[in-house]
Amino acid sequence: MSTLRASLPTVSALGAGLVFGVGLALAGMTDPAKVQGFLDVTGGSRWDPSLALVMVGAIAVHAALGWLIRRRAAPLFVRRFALPTRTDLDPKLIGGAALFGVGWGMGGICPGPGLVDLGSGIVPALVFVIAMAVGMTLQRFLMPEKAAGPQPPQTTPQTTPTTTTHGALS
Amino acid sequence: MNDSTVLLSLAGGALIGLAASLVLLTHGRVAGISGIFGGLLGRPPADFSFRIAFIGGLVLAGLGVALLVPDLVPHTSPSILLSAAAGLVVGFGTRLGNGCTSGHGVCGISRLSQRSIVATVTFMVTGAVTVYVVRHVFHAGGAS
Repeated sequence: MSTLRASLPTVSALGAGLVFGVGLALAGMTDPAKVQGFLDVTGGSRWDPSLALVMVGAIAVHAALGWLIRRRAAPLFVRRFALPTRTDLDPKLIGGAALFGVGWGMGGICPGPGLVDLGSGIVPALVFVIAMAVGMTLQRFLMPEKAAGPQPPQTTPQTTPTTTTHGALS
Repeated sequence: MNDSTVLLSLAGGALIGLAASLVLLTHGRVAGISGIFGGLLGRPPADFSFRIAFIGGLVLAGLGVALLVPDLVPHTSPSILLSAAAGLVVGFGTRLGNGCTSGHGVCGISRLSQRSIVATVTFMVTGAVTVYVVRHVFHAGGAS
């Protein structure tokens, strides 16, 4: 029983991924042509607005359940909630979102549907996911974070500052 | 858009919202797929098992759909070259902008995050402009 209990966090994550993926497939988000049909707002009668309803359904459910869940003192399997707290609008956010939209429009695939389609055995989706991993790695190498990371160092304070210049091309 | 499309869209969306809520309830975090996936690149993070299990669930969903409901598997895909280029841009952009359709579009908007609302409007607009250019300027199909 204890191993079952210990595996609950991982099992719940797997379950959440499964439900998320089935939702994407049911909604048609995994169909690149449908996504492009949605983004094609100048397509006249060919415009397919149904994916807006997917957003409506997802946000309605998550806004309500999320509000209830955040009233809890803590999540089930970790000590505390770790939700984004930033409120500033910086060029990275806007530029990154703009770039993402361009890539989304080019292929009609965003990260979640790419992974689901990969599981369905679609070869271009496999290519998309590999290229996405390369793009993410490139971003980290070209524009490394200024801070060392979200966690403060756990070890004793270092007297000699170690510079982290690896991959600093900018 | 007929009645069954409306129902499937809403039901699919509701499942997505439910899954995001499950992640929040169990792990106290945002179900942002680009962020969860991106954390798997590089040295293994402390929350490796959460990340790999969630991503594994998404891939398994695709496998399950292909085996059980093959009608839901898309018939068309972009070319290999376009998929590679799109993936590269999506990967770079989502890490730079800290999120994609799931993290900003679903989770962020649900929390009324100003950053996520701005990000979502931005990628919707550039996505629409890109499809316009691909379809109506170059007369290319994109996904075909």
